[in-house]
Amino acid sequence: MAETLTQPLSRNAGSSFADYAPTYGAAAALVIIVLLNGFFTPNFADIDNFRNILVQVTPTMLVAIGMTFVIATGGIDLSVGSVMAVASAVAAISLEFGALPAILLGLIAAVLLGAFNGWLIASFNIQPIIVTLALLISGRGVAQVISNGGQLIPFSDPAFEFIGKGSVASVPMPIILMTVIVGVAAFVLRATIFGRYVLAVGGNERAAHLSGVSVVGTKITVYALSGLLAGAAGLIYTARLGASDASQVGLNIELDAIAATVIGGTALSGGKSTVVGTVVGAFIMQVISTSFNMRGYSYPYSLVTKAFIILFVVYLQRTRSQG
Amino acid sequence: MEHTPLLQMRKIRKVFSGVTALDDVDFTLEAGEVHSLVGENGAGKSTLIKVMTGAYQRDGGELLLHGRPVNFRSPQEAQQSGVVAVYQEVNLLMFRTVAENIYLGREPRRLGLIDWKRMNREARGVLTGLGLTIDPKAVLGSLSIASRQMIAIARGVSLGAKVLVLDEPTSSLTEHEVTLLYDVVGRLKSQGTGVVYISHRFDELYAVCDKVTVLRDGKFIATRPLDALERIDLVCLMLGKERSSLEKKGATAFGDHHVQEMTKEPLLVAEDLTRGRRLRGVSLTAGHGEILGMAGLLGSGRTEVARAVFGADEVDKGKVFLDGSQLKLRSPRDAIRSGLAFLSEDRKAEGIVPNWSVRENMTLAALPSLTSLGVVSRTKQKEVVDKFMNRLRIKASSGDQKIRELSGGNQQKVLIARWLCKNPKFLILDEPTRGIDIGAKGEIQGLINELAAGGLGVLMISSELEELVEGSDRVVVMRDGECAAELRSAQISADSIVKAMAADSPAEDL
Repeated sequence: MAETLTQPLSRNAGSSFADYAPTYGAAAALVIIVLLNGFFTPNFADIDNFRNILVQVTPTMLVAIGMTFVIATGGIDLSVGSVMAVASAVAAISLEFGALPAILLGLIAAVLLGAFNGWLIASFNIQPIIVTLALLISGRGVAQVISNGGQLIPFSDPAFEFIGKGSVASVPMPIILMTVIVGVAAFVLRATIFGRYVLAVGGNERAAHLSGVSVVGTKITVYALSGLLAGAAGLIYTARLGASDASQVGLNIELDAIAATVIGGTALSGGKSTVVGTVVGAFIMQVISTSFNMRGYSYPYSLVTKAFIILFVVYLQRTRSQG
Repeated sequence: MEHTPLLQMRKIRKVFSGVTALDDVDFTLEAGEVHSLVGENGAGKSTLIKVMTGAYQRDGGELLLHGRPVNFRSPQEAQQSGVVAVYQEVNLLMFRTVAENIYLGREPRRLGLIDWKRMNREARGVLTGLGLTIDPKAVLGSLSIASRQMIAIARGVSLGAKVLVLDEPTSSLTEHEVTLLYDVVGRLKSQGTGVVYISHRFDELYAVCDKVTVLRDGKFIATRPLDALERIDLVCLMLGKERSSLEKKGATAFGDHHVQEMTKEPLLVAEDLTRGRRLRGVSLTAGHGEILGMAGLLGSGRTEVARAVFGADEVDKGKVFLDGSQLKLRSPRDAIRSGLAFLSEDRKAEGIVPNWSVRENMTLAALPSLTSLGVVSRTKQKEVVDKFMNRLRIKASSGDQKIRELSGGNQQKVLIARWLCKNPKFLILDEPTRGIDIGAKGEIQGLINELAAGGLGVLMISSELEELVEGSDRVVVMRDGECAAELRSAQISADSIVKAMAADSPAEDL
């Protein structure tokens, strides 16, 4: 039988430029948006404003990083917002034991929820969208139950609030935490064996399995990681707010996180992910929110703009894969 | 008056982006005839059926029903004209009753509402007409697969099918249920329905079919009455071999194969591997430096044996020993750690990670040994990749080239290198030269020879008789999930392999 190339040879065989085009495109778009705002939006080009943007993007960024790993395996995690709420509620009611115990308990709750997702998905082959949708719906309810029926839990605990409101060398804590986490995540995905396994599972699960990769272990870990990062995002947000609001924390954040991941160049089908791209994508989302706010455009306009950007980027990704 | 066949397909052509799936194929079906359609993978069977039933549009040729030209633009149109297909995966509704399934989409109505009484009554009539005693009010999901299959057939019959296509109808049935199916087919035959029967299992074809049409590589080969055709001639037609010239020396790069006598302890021993009906108590042994060839028709269980030994599939019972110690058959990871390697037959679905480079694909299985403290060592990776790219003469611009840009032969070499990186003791190769150009084929065959000469044990599954004859030290022939024959040295020939694939009853040796 005649043998055929699976894909025609490209001229720059081996170059990864074509692969990262969406990310370069997104970065270019970010630069343009920032420059435009710098010129035309009063008070935009201001160090306080930039610091503000960096702090505000932190929860979305953390969740989006977790989402990037999950999407890399070909899955999706819709439950992140609800996990944030659970972590927030657990921490708030545990503050009586101290800041550190509260933080640990909140994170543990988040990791366990994520691992549970991963276990259902990997061991029973249930579609990720269904499993995480179930937690999206039920999780917020759980958070509200923990919060005495959805009550706002204000608190005053300077040690805990430090992670949200404190600064080190005049750099706000959220920014420090975000930078460290982003750096570690990028390193893990690119250079560690776990990062390879994540991409192998998303690229060709059967080939990965036959090559000795523990597909079940990798998937559970990835969803647990998503849970952990969502928990961290929830805690930072709660610390900044000074209160735990189970019905508001993380509401709809999964959409921004998925948007950031996709805009950045990560393929929804799995096997191709970029942390750098997600960072760019998250910033685009945040800059749009902030600048529209500053210019007095109402909230719905920012949603529509974001939607257009997402559709455009997905369209670009589609035509590339057909070429 | 001239006799008109029930269904005639003449010079059917179907092309898919440059690949000719059907090349001027003829097929004729008479009323009351059970006509089987056979051919190996890629022969064109399912394409022909899809053209027949309107799922595909033909690019050339004509389709005549009762002598009149027809053009089905969809399976619905085909159904309305009485051409119905019943596929392997029964596409019925598990949660609805038998009668509802039979009359789905055309329920009898009374005053605009469904007439349940009439539907149940008519369903019972259809079922009895086929000799089935199934309660029309039973929920489909509560019945056995065999019953569901019969009901799918009953639905076809109730649609007024004059041409009924059965695609692998017995793949999920027990022996007893298969006889029930034969009865139903017999009844359909006596009612004048024409049945197109697709199956790999010769016993079935010879039990229930009148004629056979053989396709190969999209071309029509022959139509013969089954009572005048010996099994071995049928296999020859399917594979394209002349019975008389089976002794012809083929051209492979295996050269003169040395006769290996197993003087040492066997390297790999598999005992009584059983998995449903796909594997029925298969046992085999292979020695150091020996190439054990495995032959068999499609569906005979070769890949299943390989996957069972490698731990990729669970077995109902059976044991595997490597170098004397028993292996835990829980997962490929355990098998790899013990020194097994498995090159699967479908490199696109189970081999290459398409977004990755040559380097990343090659080192996938070996990552644990290239990693320290969780970080993968780029330098070690590069060393390994350079070594194997040289040794296997892999044509790529560099280790960083995307694997999907390589030719099939070079991709296969990368995948073989993936396993060689692990220094395995025993290598299982499933169709190692399939879909590869002549040049690369020869290189890979030479490589396999080299590896065996170096002491590696090899299980080589192949559909190419020349490869098996010239490359193997021993050949095991699989048939219907069992080991039909084991051939040694002088016994190995294309003729003996084909005989074993076709024989009436399993034999230990021929």
